[in-house]
Formats: sequence, C-alpha cells, structure tokens
Amino acid sequence: MKKTEKLHEPVFQIAKRGSMVWYKSWAIRAVAILFALIICALFITFITKTNPLKVYASMIEGTFGSSRKIWNTLQNMALLLCISLAVTPAFKMKFWNIGAEGQTLIGGLASAACMIYFGNKVPEYMLLPMILIAAIVAGMVWGVVPAIFKAKFNTNETLFTLMMNYVAMQLVSFCIVFWENPKDSNTVGVINRGTHSGWLPEIFGQKYLLNIIIVIAITVIMYIYLKYSKQGYEISVVGESENTARYIGINVKRVIIRTMAISGALCGVAGMLLVSGTDHTINTDLVGGMGFTAIMVSWLAKFNPVFMTLTTFLIVFLERGAGEIATKMNLNESVSDILTGIILFFIIGSEFFVQYKVNFRGKHKEEVK
Amino acid sequence: MKKILSLVLAIAMILGSMAMLTACGGEENADFKIGFIFLHDENSTYDKNFIDAANAAKTALGLTDEQVLFKVNIPETADCYEAAADLADQGCDVIFADSFGHEDFIIQAAKEFPDVIFCHATGTKAHTEKLPNFYNAFASIYEGRFLAGVAAGLKINEMIEKGEITADQAKMGYVGAYPYAEVKSGYTSFYLGAKYVCPSVTMDVKFTNSWFDIAAEKETANALIADKCVLISQHADSEGAPKACEEAGIPNVAYNLDTRHWGPNTALISSKINWQPYFEHIIKAAQEGTAIEQDFCKGLSDDVVQILGLNDAVAAEGTQAKLDEVKAKLVSGEIKVFDTTTFTVGGKTLETYLADVDTDAAFTPDTEVVSDGYFHESEKRSAPYFDVDIDGITIK
Repeated sequence: MKKTEKLHEPVFQIAKRGSMVWYKSWAIRAVAILFALIICALFITFITKTNPLKVYASMIEGTFGSSRKIWNTLQNMALLLCISLAVTPAFKMKFWNIGAEGQTLIGGLASAACMIYFGNKVPEYMLLPMILIAAIVAGMVWGVVPAIFKAKFNTNETLFTLMMNYVAMQLVSFCIVFWENPKDSNTVGVINRGTHSGWLPEIFGQKYLLNIIIVIAITVIMYIYLKYSKQGYEISVVGESENTARYIGINVKRVIIRTMAISGALCGVAGMLLVSGTDHTINTDLVGGMGFTAIMVSWLAKFNPVFMTLTTFLIVFLERGAGEIATKMNLNESVSDILTGIILFFIIGSEFFVQYKVNFRGKHKEEVK
Repeated sequence: MKKILSLVLAIAMILGSMAMLTACGGEENADFKIGFIFLHDENSTYDKNFIDAANAAKTALGLTDEQVLFKVNIPETADCYEAAADLADQGCDVIFADSFGHEDFIIQAAKEFPDVIFCHATGTKAHTEKLPNFYNAFASIYEGRFLAGVAAGLKINEMIEKGEITADQAKMGYVGAYPYAEVKSGYTSFYLGAKYVCPSVTMDVKFTNSWFDIAAEKETANALIADKCVLISQHADSEGAPKACEEAGIPNVAYNLDTRHWGPNTALISSKINWQPYFEHIIKAAQEGTAIEQDFCKGLSDDVVQILGLNDAVAAEGTQAKLDEVKAKLVSGEIKVFDTTTFTVGGKTLETYLADVDTDAAFTPDTEVVSDGYFHESEKRSAPYFDVDIDGITIK
C-alpha cells in the first residue's frame, strides 16, 4: 500500500476549482500584485541602487502629476480603449484578429488622405464626416478581407490579419513619398498646420475631450451590443462552438464577416482619432503597437467593455509611469518595460490560481488517512 | 477584475505617498533646467551623438541630474508636443529636440510656452516662423566632409601611384540615405574634397531610402564595390557599409563615429558634428539672458565640426599634414567648399541658383544662394540646402 502510493502519486496535482467565494479570489489576486511589487522593488534596488519607493512615486506622478498629465492619461486611455473595443467582438467570437494595428493604421491613412486632398477645399462640416467615413471604410476593408477568406476558404486568420499589418505599413510608406513635406525628407509634417482643416475641434478648450467623449460613447454602445443585442448573442455562440451555432440556425459565415466588419470599422475610427484628433500627421509608427496591447486589454477584462476601461487604465498607468521613471531616474526605458512585464506576468498568472487549485502530496496523504 | 485593479491602485497609492514623504527632504531646487527630447535612445548612433554631447555639456557646466532632463524614444507625433509641454511644466528654461520630424510639434509647444526657449537641430522653419523663442541649429558639416574627402583623395592618389588603378579608374562609391539636401550637400562636399587633391576622381551614389538599415547599407556598399568603386563612404550610420568594406578590403570613410573597431584594416577617417559647444552656448544664453542665433551654424573653427578616427594603417602618407593645411585654409576662408570654379553642372559653371530655403510643400525655389564665386551653404538658414547634381557624380 505504502509502496504504490510512493510510486504513483505525483508531487502535486492540479484540479479545476468550482466557483470560488469572491473574497478568496480577491485575496489571490491581491497576493499576486503584492508579490509583483516586491519583485519589482527587489529588481530596481538590485540593478539600479535606486530607492524603489521613489520609483513607484514617480509612476503615480507620471500619471496624475499635473492637469496636463491627467488629460494625457485620459487621452491615451481613450485611444487604447477604442482599439481594444474594436478587437473585442472578434476575440469573443474566437477569431484571432491580430491585425488591429494595420486596420487602425489604414484608417489613419484614409483620414490623412482626406485631410491632404480635401482640406481647405471642402467646408469643415462636410470634411469631418468624409474623414470619418473614409476611415471606417478603410478599416472595414482591412478587417473584412481576412474574414471573407476565413469564412469561404477557412484560411488561417492569425497569419492573414498579421500580414495585412505589413501591407498597411508599406502603403503608408508609399504614400509618404507623395505627401512628404519638405520634399525628400520622408516626413509628412503636421497636416494643415496653419488652417487646422480636418482637425477634430477642441471642446471647452480641451483638444482631447472630443476623442474621450467619442470613445465613452463607443464603450457604452459596445457594452449594450455585446450584452443585449441578438448579434452580440450570436457572437458568443459562435465563439463557444461553431457547430452549436450552426445547429441552432446561425449563419456562421455571415456572423464572422459581419463581426470583422465592425471590428475593422472601429479600428478605422481609432485611426481617425489618431490622425485627425491627435497627431495630425501620418507615419508608420502611428499606432505604436497599440493594436497588440489592445488584445491584452480585452482578454484581461474578459471581453467586458466596462472592465476594459479599468484594464486600459492599468496598462496606461504602467506605460506612463514607465516613461516618467525613464525621465526622472535617468534609466533606460527598457527598465520600465521590464517592470510592466513583471506586473502583468503576476496578474495574468494569478488567474491560474483562481481557476485551479494545487494539491501537494503531503496534504493529500493526510486527507487519505 | 475591478477589485484587482482597485487593489493595485490602493497599494500603489500607499507606497507612493510613503515615498513622497521620504522624498520631500527639503532640498533647494536650482532654478535652471534644460530638457532634451531624443528620437531614440543611446542604441541609435545618431541619438548617441546628441546624448553624449548633452552629458558632456552637463559635466562641463556642473549641472545636476535634476537640472538636465532627458526624454528618449519620443516619436515624431503629438507625443513630441506632449513631451515638450511636460518638460515646460517641469520648469525647463530650455528645451532641445534632435529629430527633423519633431519640428512642427516643437513649434506648437513654442507658441504655447513663450517664456521657454526651444532649440531644434536639423530643422528649417525658425527663419520663417519668426518666433522669439524658437531656434534652429546645424553645423557646417560640409567642411568636415570636405576634409574627409581630402583624405580619400590622397588615398586614391596613392593607389594610382602604386599602379593599382589608373587615373580613369578613380571612382568612389557613396551610400546615401535619402536624396535629401542634407545628404546631397554631404556627399557633394565629400566629392569636392577628394577632387581637390585628385582631379580625375568620379563618384557613384546609391540611396537606401532609410536613415538606418544595416542590411540595405551593406548590400548597397557591396553593389558599389562590384561596380568597381575603389573607396566607399556613406551617410547612414550603421555598421553595414563599413563591414562590407572590411570584408572586401576597400577603404571606407565614415560619418558621426570612429569606425576603426568595425574595420581596422579599411576604416580611413570620419567626420562628425560635435553638439557640446552648442549645448553649452544655449545653456549659458538662457542663464545669462543673452541672445541665441535664430539659425546656429558653426564649423571647424569652433570645434563644432570634427575630424576623427584617422587610421594610420590605411591613410596615405602625409595625410595628417595635408589635412592640417587644408583645415587652416578652410578656417581662414581661403578655400570655399562649394567654390563654383571647382565644379560644373551640366558642363557649365554654376552662376546662379535659387534654393528652397523657405521650406514649403511645393519645394519652390526662393533664395539666390550663389554669389562671390561660391555657393553659400547654410548661411541663409542652418539646415543644408545644397541639392545640385554636379558633374562627376552619378546617381545610380
């Protein structure tokens, strides 16, 4: 009896937990974050000999330090949240859309084209809707093309959407050759710098307020769409099981294409907010990796748009805090990327312990007795 | 999820407030501050040149860490404006940005913060914007290129004397970034320097259409070598061209850094802009309230342009002495780099040229820049505007 036990029982066993009392899961996550902060503190002290508390203070300072910083935090959150909302329906449907970067960039390119070719020629009340429509259509095309191939030929959407990113990037490089100002400098410069034609207007003297309002509206609409609409329900069903969806009479192909059209269109809107509402220029770094960060935001929030505002805040807080550390402590920005990595690793890792329990041999033995 | 986040925040807040309490030690802030905005970090040779100079100026003037703020990896987007505005909020008296594409965003910040001085390297708009607190800066790097060209010409003369090539085969290759005035001005002055000592020399130019692309630069250098170029120089800063030259055993003239570690047997010489004098100049000007030039452009005589990394193992005999002689003549004005008697355009002497000094999208020529027998480079504004294709240089 004893012998077989020794031979066959592993050191620990992992078992799926049932539902967990809220305060228990809460405690697990709290411990994870505490560990993350301790590891970060040790890392900072060990590598840089800087007081880690000072570093954390700088991160808060970088996010809330002045009214400008608070506005910038909200603006960064708005843009990241917009792209995160855009990828959410696709991921909920288990369509691995990693092309948000390209869909946003192409939306930005369409906006820039409208600003360059129609700016100062068409009245503003017509130009802004034109920019919006152009951006939406461009983003939609970038989203729908891989969706059609997925629906019709069952191509791999991960590779397809990824490749579309590069196509978008090359198209931007190509257009810069025609739009560069001054000539041959390979930069477009600020478009319509003098006239602000095609720029999203300031509201109450705040240049980012309109961006923020638009994204709040999209958040609310997306929440309602996913939770209460028939289409939102179809997305969930297709995501859980395509066969079930087919069995209950959902046209899976149509849902895939429709959902990616929405996903791409929202990325297009994000592109417009970037070009027309924020940067007023176009270059290949416009989206700056937000298309990929958005996936993490969406997953961390379990595809719930309201929780996504919080996960967006977490990511933006870490990024802005990181930038502040780099400036204040004269550290390379990579150090702060490492901190962000450690914290996210622990947060994501804690979900494992919320979902599963680990039984060690010793403990198990006692139970057997 | 909500709970995790509120917890993160709560902990962060507590830690933060603790840190703030410990940090407030009552130290007196020195009132002067300067902020730097860099496109990349020290991993880019372009930005490293600025970062090193900023650190050297900081040490030389005895500024503390609190007085010199760096913002690295700032893209050429609204982030640049936000970085500048944030530096201004933190009390910077002077803010400097190092990349061409930063200019519009720096101008935007300069308009919003009239009490802060904004300086921008490689930009072109200070003299047209006419803001009282926005300044451009560059260097007469063409003087350095010319000197590097002299060293290259002497090396080619040596090859001719040794019978390795004939005078007609004296062809150099140049790996350029973009067909932009800064690049054209650079390679033309380099070519004219070589021609100053080796009259039969010609040059092929190829563009990589990137400021930094190791593979493309190496490939382009190899293509030029295959095309029988006997010496290679480049505008872009990566190790691509120097390494290709080292493998092929072809002498190489670099830019911005000493490349002898990449090509001990082929690196010949290099020229660079030394930003330290400029940084010290603007810091002192801000502290003492003296004027800053709207377009700062100095060269060899003020140590803003430097020659570095002359490799005795590669250079022809007597190179150093010749360089000293030519340098003295450049400083005294006896030699003008763009002397119109030394080159022709379409077989004719350049007697008049309208350059696009006041930048605009249509690239309209607006200013006469040829007079007194030479092309007045970087005099009407600091950033180069020499973009003439002269005889002897073939763009491939």
